[in-house]
Amino acid sequence: MTATATPTTTPLADPPRRPARRGEEPRRRTSLLLTVVMVACLLYFLFPLYWLVVASTKSNADLFSTFGLWFADLNLLDNLRSVFTFQDGVFARWALNSVIYSVTSAVGATVLATAAGYAFAKYDFPGGKALFSVILGAVMVPTTALALPTYLLFARAELTDTYWAIILPSLVSPFGVYLMRVYAADAVDASMLEAARVDGAGELRIFVTVAFRLLVPGAVTVLLFSLVATWNNYFLPLIMLNSPDKFPLPVGLAQWQSTAAAGSGSQALFSTVITGSLVSVIPLVVAFLVLQRFWQTGLAAGGVKA
Amino acid sequence: MATATVPTPTRSADPPRRRGLTVAKKRQYRAAYLFVLPFFVIFLAMIIVPLAYAGYLSFFRRQLIGGVSFVGFENYAKALTDASFLSSVARMAGFLVVQVPVMLGLSLFFALALDSGMTRLSKIIRLGIFVPYAVPSVVAALMWGYLYGPDFGPFAQVAGLLGLPAPPFLTSTGMFFSIINVVNWEFIGYNMIIIYAALRSIPPELYEAGRVDGASEKRIAWSIKIPHVRPALVLTVIFSVIGTFQLFNEPNLLRTVAPTVIGNAYTPNLYAYSLAFVNQDVNYAAAIAFLLGIVIMALSYAVQLWNQRKENRS
Repeated sequence: MTATATPTTTPLADPPRRPARRGEEPRRRTSLLLTVVMVACLLYFLFPLYWLVVASTKSNADLFSTFGLWFADLNLLDNLRSVFTFQDGVFARWALNSVIYSVTSAVGATVLATAAGYAFAKYDFPGGKALFSVILGAVMVPTTALALPTYLLFARAELTDTYWAIILPSLVSPFGVYLMRVYAADAVDASMLEAARVDGAGELRIFVTVAFRLLVPGAVTVLLFSLVATWNNYFLPLIMLNSPDKFPLPVGLAQWQSTAAAGSGSQALFSTVITGSLVSVIPLVVAFLVLQRFWQTGLAAGGVKA
Repeated sequence: MATATVPTPTRSADPPRRRGLTVAKKRQYRAAYLFVLPFFVIFLAMIIVPLAYAGYLSFFRRQLIGGVSFVGFENYAKALTDASFLSSVARMAGFLVVQVPVMLGLSLFFALALDSGMTRLSKIIRLGIFVPYAVPSVVAALMWGYLYGPDFGPFAQVAGLLGLPAPPFLTSTGMFFSIINVVNWEFIGYNMIIIYAALRSIPPELYEAGRVDGASEKRIAWSIKIPHVRPALVLTVIFSVIGTFQLFNEPNLLRTVAPTVIGNAYTPNLYAYSLAFVNQDVNYAAAIAFLLGIVIMALSYAVQLWNQRKENRS
């Protein structure tokens, strides 16, 4: 099991240094005790998600009257209908907003971080080291401490309650620059750049046609983690946005939740909030599972040299 | 354009060298600045300018009579004697001491267990533990809030069947640990993956010899693997410090199910938020945010310093 499972996760990570390490030791003893402990822990991590799936299939009345960890009458379709029709179908709007915010921010942040990280790794230019250490220091600046002054500045520029209010702050990823610098240092060979220069290629052309392809696994890592950061962001949109039709999913769901918890006359809302939560979780979980090869390789590079 | 971004320290040393630069080198420098420029412009606008603006705001106060006036460090002096702020910082310090070691200890244990190859189903276990990271923290807090709850939470249901009172997850003493559980659930997998990735990149020759000599997996983990992944561990510690002092989403969501337990100064960030948006006192809120930033930077710096000292010693 382990022998076949692990090589697939690191196929792109500097092959010369790592000859199929686990493949050559298929006779490693597995421990039953350790497996049992680990499976027990796995169950803890999957437990809330299991509950979420079960609860999404229940009517609001059944939520209260039946046992939480097992199914009652299947009501999933009705719940989904109510998620997408409640308040004139605003949920679909939130989902669309979340996609717009996270895709735009993630692609932008990745392009900016890749270009900058590549330059820091491959060009020894005056001031480069100083600039890089300023950026590295910014990794430690708490984003929520920034959110308040950013909000006030945006209010002056009349940018609050617009899409830009979410996208612009999400374009900066100091950690992404750091990760791409570490990744580019290893993945892009200096002699290859020299060869391209001798052939007369311009620096931009070299970056686009030669270097970028080698940087893809690192860039996918940055892309995926920026995607998560923006998709899951709650604090920034909470303070920046007023109009419900600009909310991303977390802000919208949180608002439904407080309506549901407040109770009065909205008793049927719990099943809607729960089913909406399930819907909002699915895209990222799928993205992580599909792209796991890439992000695990990219993270390996960041972890080694950290 | 390119020369404008060169910081002053190097400029003085530049002219004599620059004359000797080849045309090719100059072109490369220009390209490098162009690659860095887009990021740097946004970086200035979205990090440096707001930071400076927060600092600026924190030196003023808006009064009912007389408008906005410069008050020097008065907002900071007020914060340092503000019981609400201090108790929220103390709560987060307690959180840091209790939650972060548990989280990182488990992350390290899981990473080592998966890396040792002694676990069956390791791929499924790895992904399953990591999956909560992809769940928005709002949804995570919402789910756990329902699970903890007395209405249809399964724990209360089971306790009811057994004739026991509902477990005290949402009481003022229970809440601290309930939030710790939510944060652990969200981030153990993420930290595990960072450590695991670092473990995978240790050249196996380093411990194959030890294995042949009959060293136990525990021994190999302790004296070879852990020292090698220390940079990754330091990274996770710093991220955890930053995350803890910024705690907002989980308490803000759990507040909807336990409004009397979580007040508006439960965490420093909740406090800054309510100062700015409920009390409309942006100047004081800016001072709080700035102080919080300083606490985080100081702690992160201390972690790095401690690490460097250990590194030099070994």
